[in-house]
Amino acid sequence: MTVRSDRDHGQRYRPRMSCLKKVEATVVQMQDPSTGVKGANQKLNVTTIPHAITGQDIVAWITKNMNMDNDEAQAFGTMLVAFGYIYPLQDHKKLVLRPDGSLYRFQTPYFWPVQKWKAEDTDYAIYLAKRNIRKKGVLDAYEQEEYNKLHKWMNHKWDFIVMQAKEQYHAGKARQKADRVVFDCKERAYWIVHRPPPQTHSAMDYGLDRHIDPNAEEKKTYDYYRRINIYTQQAIMRSRVKSSVSLGALVKYMTTFKNHDPFLVPCLPSNPWQTDDDSYWELNKPDVEIPTKMRVERWSFSFYELLNDPRGRADFKIFLKKEFSGENLAFWEAAEELKWGTAASMSEKVEHIFKTFLAPGAPRWINIDGRTMGLTVKGLEHPHRYVLDAAQTHIFMLMKKDTFYRYLKSPVYKEIQKKAISPAPHDFSEAQLQQNMRNRRPSINPIITWQKEQEEKAKAAAAAGPVDIKKLMASKLDRK
Amino acid sequence: MEPQLQGQVIRQLFFLIGATSVNSILLRKDLCSCRKGMLSSPHQNTPRHREILCFLVEMAAQPSDTLATLKTESETLKTKLEEERAKLHDVELHQVAEKIEALGQFVMKTRRALKGHGNKVLCLDWCKDKRRIVSSSQDGKVIVWDAFTTNKEHAVTMPCTWVMACAYAPSGCAVACGGLDNKCSVYPLSLDKNENLAAKKKSVAMHTNYLSACCFTNSDMQILTSSGDGTCALWDVESGQMLQSFHGHAADVLCLDLAPSETGNTFVSGGCDKKSCVWDMRTGQCVQSFETHESDINSVRYYPSGDAFASGSDDATCRLYDLRADREVAIYSKESIIFGASSVDFSLSGRLLFGGYNDYTINVWDVLKGTRVSILFGHENRVSTLRVSPDGTAFCSGSWDHTLRIWA
Repeated sequence: MTVRSDRDHGQRYRPRMSCLKKVEATVVQMQDPSTGVKGANQKLNVTTIPHAITGQDIVAWITKNMNMDNDEAQAFGTMLVAFGYIYPLQDHKKLVLRPDGSLYRFQTPYFWPVQKWKAEDTDYAIYLAKRNIRKKGVLDAYEQEEYNKLHKWMNHKWDFIVMQAKEQYHAGKARQKADRVVFDCKERAYWIVHRPPPQTHSAMDYGLDRHIDPNAEEKKTYDYYRRINIYTQQAIMRSRVKSSVSLGALVKYMTTFKNHDPFLVPCLPSNPWQTDDDSYWELNKPDVEIPTKMRVERWSFSFYELLNDPRGRADFKIFLKKEFSGENLAFWEAAEELKWGTAASMSEKVEHIFKTFLAPGAPRWINIDGRTMGLTVKGLEHPHRYVLDAAQTHIFMLMKKDTFYRYLKSPVYKEIQKKAISPAPHDFSEAQLQQNMRNRRPSINPIITWQKEQEEKAKAAAAAGPVDIKKLMASKLDRK
Repeated sequence: MEPQLQGQVIRQLFFLIGATSVNSILLRKDLCSCRKGMLSSPHQNTPRHREILCFLVEMAAQPSDTLATLKTESETLKTKLEEERAKLHDVELHQVAEKIEALGQFVMKTRRALKGHGNKVLCLDWCKDKRRIVSSSQDGKVIVWDAFTTNKEHAVTMPCTWVMACAYAPSGCAVACGGLDNKCSVYPLSLDKNENLAAKKKSVAMHTNYLSACCFTNSDMQILTSSGDGTCALWDVESGQMLQSFHGHAADVLCLDLAPSETGNTFVSGGCDKKSCVWDMRTGQCVQSFETHESDINSVRYYPSGDAFASGSDDATCRLYDLRADREVAIYSKESIIFGASSVDFSLSGRLLFGGYNDYTINVWDVLKGTRVSILFGHENRVSTLRVSPDGTAFCSGSWDHTLRIWA
């Protein structure tokens, strides 16, 4: 008697293989003598195999009874073979359904990948030993290797294994030749599924075990219920929106962005993946001089889209410069940097932000209401990364509700709209496409782009910082 | 004295002792950053103080709560929550979708096949430059590809197998990966092809069980991770410090996704306990949770506007949840789809939902109408990971057949 281990590969933990129940129901239907797949006796070598079915019959039955296309039916059929419900008679190692005259048979339910027990190594050892007894040298290379391995690991019960193998061999000999061949085929198919040959896979492989068994009920203690109750109470008090409103918003988003989705409307000039021509990416680079019309249109959809696009943000900065209100965006950017920056640099960033934006008389003083300013300054005594949240939200809302709309009506935006280019769609011939494929260009490494960006930022920061009068005068005096 | 009065006296004493002790705890400088106790100042009205007060008052008022009463209370609360949710549910998604025109036929083909992994591909992520991809596999290899030219740019060998999580940094200068080693490590990429990237590796996250997913936030400096030990955590890359941890799942957390919204402070995670939770990154609290799936949730992905998210599960369905209405609004399933969805992602406009399934296929769903618009074949083993490129021009699927395919 083998001691079953607790970890039976996830089969008991949860309905991970619950999909197999549906599959099994279908397979039972397929074997129905009147409405199932039509089988016939086939001659294989010297023996006659009863109830052999062809691949194309299987596909046809699935297409008709499960309401699928041919391709999908073939994919489903492959799943049946991969899980071992149907096994191929020819080329038994490749578990794929071929929609032609290749022969298959239904596996006996005893060998189905049921959820109750797993294929033990002991059983595999017995199977290999049995084949070895029948005829020496019949095992494949990988099977021989496995056999040697198992022999080493299970040396202590090898006598038992050999004895079992001999018993099964003798029992098999007592059967009729046809039955024996059929049974051998079935057993072989079972082990191909559960111990796949190297370089192949089997569908029984499901990956890693989950760590926590979710079927194990969480201890329903006092604390557990208190936690649930507090959470549910808070959830009840949450503000909700009517379904019509929120679904309407989803639909609105989809319709707004429909023309910008390359899967729905082809992008101009052409999708680089389809034509091997990367002009689309060249035209839409983050630092390009003249953006495309689609890109400029996208900036008008929402303030978030404008800020997210580096070219859009740059254009917005030009507008703010003209309005002499660049400090809001600069503050927002600085607050973002604080939020997402390293923990080590936080205190100095907070210092810098306070000196530049919040202190009374600061060079780039932001105009926020007294209460928010009070809260922020107080929080700055014990700074953490979310200390500027209130102020940042206030400034963001200000920009979103006021500055953004003025930007869209401004001459800066109108000018960029006029200048924006609308590339003509590519129309490559077959030969040109072939040539494109050969000439695929590599792009600049993102590391280099990033380094350049950082340099630009440093230069801009130095230029925008408050001018040190003393240094300026000193340099002027020096020259004299 | 009457027993009633005795009981009252004891309760009042208990409250007084409890309140004063909490007050003194609050005044200890090393435990709490507030400078005034809670009884002395009306200004200290933070949620934490309120919670403590409420707890004490409740304790004083109900000394004999049995498990049974709590259980019934939780049940009534849950039904009340469902009622509240149902009150505002005035229209179904397919009704709203009636006015929208149907999609045409789609022709999506494999445009690139990236071969080079020696074992199952488990995870992939796009770089912001829209053409580079990082992918990780079961044998511990993490490869950075220029998918457009199909060249391999970098390759790292992790010291563990089953690298289930990998992410590209927003700057494009580093990749993060992790798996059975319970850690998330960040590898800075270099321009020198011959440099050994493993030398500069930085261990950032430490969990007590396998790492299932990782994601950079808006910068290279912070990483969000989820693990088989049931928790998610936010880490500071430079110091390796944990900034926030998120507890609430009852089983392994398998996936997470960061919200794209301008406030960018929330993320959603899905786990083996069939629950998907939305978390606030600042406080570590679970803000919303949904428990309608029937099996493990393998993948969650936000809708591009950040107001909804989709999840793919082993129960062979993908579901769409609306965050503002606080409910599930659509189920994407078919009788003929029996095997679980391992990975989902939206197209740029959010109209299409791509799902990679365990039966080697990719199904493309119309998010509004709830119908399947296309099924894609090509992989020879289950599709384990699927991501749409940052500009929406293509999507990449990674599979256990050792290859990655770009579809457009």
